[in-house]
Amino acid sequence: MIRVELPGNLRTLAGVKGEVCLDVVGPATPRSVLDALEAWYPTLLGTIREHGTGERRAFLRFFACEEDLSHLGMDVLLPDAVMQGKEPFLIIGAVAGG
Amino acid sequence: MSKVRVLVGTRKGAFVLTSDGKREKWDVSGPHFAGWEIYHVKGSPVDPNRVYASQSSSWFGQVIQRSEDGGKTWAAMGNKFAYDGVPGTHQWYDGTPHPWEFKRVWHLEPSLTDAETVYAGIEDAALFRSGDGGQNWEEFSGLRGHGSGPHWAPGAGGMCLHTIILDPKDPQRMYIAISAAGAFRTDDGGATWKPINKGLRSAHIPDQDAEVGHCVHHITMHPSRPDVLFMQKHWDVMRSDNAGDQWTEVSGNLPTDFGFCIDVHAHEPETIYVVPIKSDGEHFPLDGKLQVFRSRSGGNEWEPLTKGLPQSDCYVNVLRDAMAVDSLDSCGVYFGTTGGQVYCSSDAGDSWAPIVRDLPAVLSVEVQTLP
Repeated sequence: MIRVELPGNLRTLAGVKGEVCLDVVGPATPRSVLDALEAWYPTLLGTIREHGTGERRAFLRFFACEEDLSHLGMDVLLPDAVMQGKEPFLIIGAVAGG
Repeated sequence: MSKVRVLVGTRKGAFVLTSDGKREKWDVSGPHFAGWEIYHVKGSPVDPNRVYASQSSSWFGQVIQRSEDGGKTWAAMGNKFAYDGVPGTHQWYDGTPHPWEFKRVWHLEPSLTDAETVYAGIEDAALFRSGDGGQNWEEFSGLRGHGSGPHWAPGAGGMCLHTIILDPKDPQRMYIAISAAGAFRTDDGGATWKPINKGLRSAHIPDQDAEVGHCVHHITMHPSRPDVLFMQKHWDVMRSDNAGDQWTEVSGNLPTDFGFCIDVHAHEPETIYVVPIKSDGEHFPLDGKLQVFRSRSGGNEWEPLTKGLPQSDCYVNVLRDAMAVDSLDSCGVYFGTTGGQVYCSSDAGDSWAPIVRDLPAVLSVEVQTLP
């Protein structure tokens, strides 16, 4: 079971509160986690990954276990602690403001 | 007694304002989609309880929302806006080619005859249609492929298709406008398009007779006379009496003819409204006085309407989609400001009162007149 923490705006859009728990088929990577997330919550299609390219949207980041995974590609294996459900996979909106 | 429902899109959510026909007391509902930019909210003329909203964010992209109960509850629809074929390039601000990229939906225009059909004007400029209530979207690629597309360039707000007008007498005819490419018309249901920019004069382009390149801010039409169009251009208020084939300036005695919004009275096709803005460098009213100007002669002769509007220290803007009218016997006129006020006049502009004063910056205002 993979735990996923969404930004507040996407929690509202998906209609969830708190973390989302997902069964992921095969190795847990950003791609497989997002595949599972979008399958359960299709309103999130296009809001984390671009339609067409499937790439991470520019102003979002993927964190786990105090590491920034954003630039490691969609197929990097997530840390063991995430796979074991001990730590969440974090989808973070890039900081903006003044 | 009739009712009105005002649909307001803001920088931080959507609001639904409702009142009876007197338009004195208002219920305010919202924010819907709190924290998201709501570029446009508009109801179907066929089924007024069906309302569409364009919800977007630089972080999370585009969402299309649909309500079946007049904006009380909403459901997300499809948000995949894929250009037809290889989109190619348009001009960037510096004149270099730039790939066409989807950014957001600026305007949603529900069909006049079919509740399932809705049109979307997007940035980078293209026109899309959904025939299933917003679930799936297809591009009218004949517009972008008209031939002039590689020469289109963005205005300061982006290269947006912001105006869609459906001809109530001819279902094959539509008008659209793009900043800063200009206005276009189709006479064959969207298969082919022609630029309709003759007569426009724009200091920012070297060839005044250029087919495209004019920064059209908004166009409006009275449904009883679909061949007569009124335009607020970057500078200049314009009029066409032949479906856009030729335009004539009707700025007349306006104190400044820069502005964004323009609308026409529900029952008087020659009565039009604009909100003059000081200049393209200073997006606020002249002298800090918020004034709507009304012409009862289709342009050229304008009168200021100030009763109830702030006449000192007012430095807001009124954006292109932020003015609308209702169709009650005494025509209501509405507009929203970047300062978060939504004003209503229940007497065709003679006097004004704020419905709300402290919303986020208003991007769009639409009105539904309900039985």
